[in-house]
Amino acid sequence: MSPSTPPSEAEIDAIVAAHMSMEGPMLPILHALQAAFGHVPQAAVPRIAQALNQTRAEVHGVVSFYHDFRDAPVTGRVVRLCRAEACQASGGAAVAEAVMQTFGIGWGESKGGVTLEPVYCLGLCACGPAAQVDGRLHGRVDAARIEALVAEGAA
Amino acid sequence: MKVYVPRDAAARALGADAVAEAVLREAAARGLTVDLVRNGSRGMVWLEPLLEVETEAGRTGFGPVSAADVPGLFDAAFGDHALALGDVEAIPFFAKQTRLTFARCGLIDPLSLAEYEAHGGLSGLRRALEMTPEALVAEVTDSGLRGRGGAGFPTGIKWDTVRKAEADQKYIVCNADEGDSGTFADRMIMEGDPFSLVEGMAIAGLATGSTRGFVYLRSEYPDAIEVMQEALRRARAAGVLGASVLGSGRAFDMEIRVGAGAYVCGEETSLLNSLEGKRGVVRAKPPLPALQGAFGKPTVVNNVISLATVPVILEKGAAQYRDFGLGRSRGTIPVQIAGNVKHGGLFETAFGMSLGTLVNEIGGGTASGRPVKAVQIGGPLGAYFPETLFDTPFGYEEFDGQGGLIGHAGVVIFDDTADMLAMARFAMEFCAVESCGKCTPCRIGAVRGVETIDRIGRGDASAVEVLTDLCDTMKDGSLCALGGFTPYPVMSALRHFPADFPVAKEAAE
Repeated sequence: MSPSTPPSEAEIDAIVAAHMSMEGPMLPILHALQAAFGHVPQAAVPRIAQALNQTRAEVHGVVSFYHDFRDAPVTGRVVRLCRAEACQASGGAAVAEAVMQTFGIGWGESKGGVTLEPVYCLGLCACGPAAQVDGRLHGRVDAARIEALVAEGAA
Repeated sequence: MKVYVPRDAAARALGADAVAEAVLREAAARGLTVDLVRNGSRGMVWLEPLLEVETEAGRTGFGPVSAADVPGLFDAAFGDHALALGDVEAIPFFAKQTRLTFARCGLIDPLSLAEYEAHGGLSGLRRALEMTPEALVAEVTDSGLRGRGGAGFPTGIKWDTVRKAEADQKYIVCNADEGDSGTFADRMIMEGDPFSLVEGMAIAGLATGSTRGFVYLRSEYPDAIEVMQEALRRARAAGVLGASVLGSGRAFDMEIRVGAGAYVCGEETSLLNSLEGKRGVVRAKPPLPALQGAFGKPTVVNNVISLATVPVILEKGAAQYRDFGLGRSRGTIPVQIAGNVKHGGLFETAFGMSLGTLVNEIGGGTASGRPVKAVQIGGPLGAYFPETLFDTPFGYEEFDGQGGLIGHAGVVIFDDTADMLAMARFAMEFCAVESCGKCTPCRIGAVRGVETIDRIGRGDASAVEVLTDLCDTMKDGSLCALGGFTPYPVMSALRHFPADFPVAKEAAE
């Protein structure tokens, strides 16, 4: 299932059905959809609502509440920089500034195959500033290291 | 030859995987047999990746090691080398600790149930299986253990409420949504000694008559999720979890639930809503989660460290645990020393050590070498302490008495380049981003707070009173700690660092 092909109803239903024996299956379903499609497709909302006997508004309310769930797949590299206090104490804000300058993007923006997202704590508070590039964690980063990591994966 | 390279997320973020690969590659090239163990972290993060070698004299450490150092370490036969640290447990940062909860973390292979048992694991659970629920709860109450997530509520009393509640189903929910900046103790124990949490939850189940458990684990911790999932599989296969815990005929099983990036879900009632598949909005209390928690059933909601400490309490007895500590803060606390610090990491110690000792002696001051300006204790909702409060002993009541809180025991150090007005503004900004929206003082107040601090920054003296009043409203008018405690960092910054708030300084003069 590549993120570029829109997921079919059958694919969505199979994922929903696989979680129906759980207590409180909503978040596990949403995570599974995102893992499969790179986002939670709009088309899944009525299917989940139907399966869980909820309104579409309720399901939409849940999906939109959580920072993790995307409404469209991301292409390219995802750089998440920690903005929390411990990383600020070790120079995180300056790293973020420099990364924004280099790639010409702000928080939540994408350009040239790079998306920059804020994250509030990766639990790497004694080796900050911390970053997560395409899911992998990195400690004691500086702007040059982020650029190198982005270039590394793009090659 | 047995070589240890941590699989802890911090060690991996600093290159431990590359070191581990280099060890195997180098050993193969030299025709040596190496038994490589991916252990948890010893908590000395400034030395990560910390490679250890088992010798007759104990475990010798080298760190911080990069992959490029590995051939040299082999050349030196893991003896005399520039990165040699000697006996790992003799390193002062480690030797000065009282490791009860973290006794096995970094020592054993986290996923080896046999090593877990060889180091005291499961003896608490075995003892618990021979006790009545009343006696079990009494033991935990007697130990003086209080909620390590921040609220400090006595764990035994919470358990007793659930024990006495009558219901067809009760739950144990572990709050592993460790979102506070400066804290990583939950992550470290889940990655370094996951069975201690499994055992603690099983004991909680026996004590309260609960047969199902959930670990609500934040999505920002991919390594902890992976280790915990595997630990559950192994515990189930070994009969530690399941229909008959250790062959006792009593059932307990548990599963991992992954959060979705909402800080507020670290608040217990939001967490329960999220677990049930709803928006992570705070619930009003009462009803207490102990009576109507997950899926409306009686539920124990405890922090990871609280639960992971229960096995050692059962193993060694309540009195042994209670004998450590200060005042009403009994036992040990894993202090996480973070931010701009020379020797950052996890330091487990009996309650009572002064903040100044932790920052200057244990932490070694700032990494930048500049003077310490402020220390934030207890995460983004904790107060900023100036150096004048460094004699405050680490304890729940002691910090409360100084207008602060210990929270989850994260200590974040800032040097003199920190702008405390900017930190106060950030606290409000963070609250605005993460507010669940239920309480108006939090939802709207945080936005107004950012604007008001900007007015102060522009020199508007009248805004100081507005900010003070706004903080009082948030404190009194919010259901949970997000809105209720955001005033702590804001007001402590204003009170203790007036020089960073130009107009406050004028008003004071």
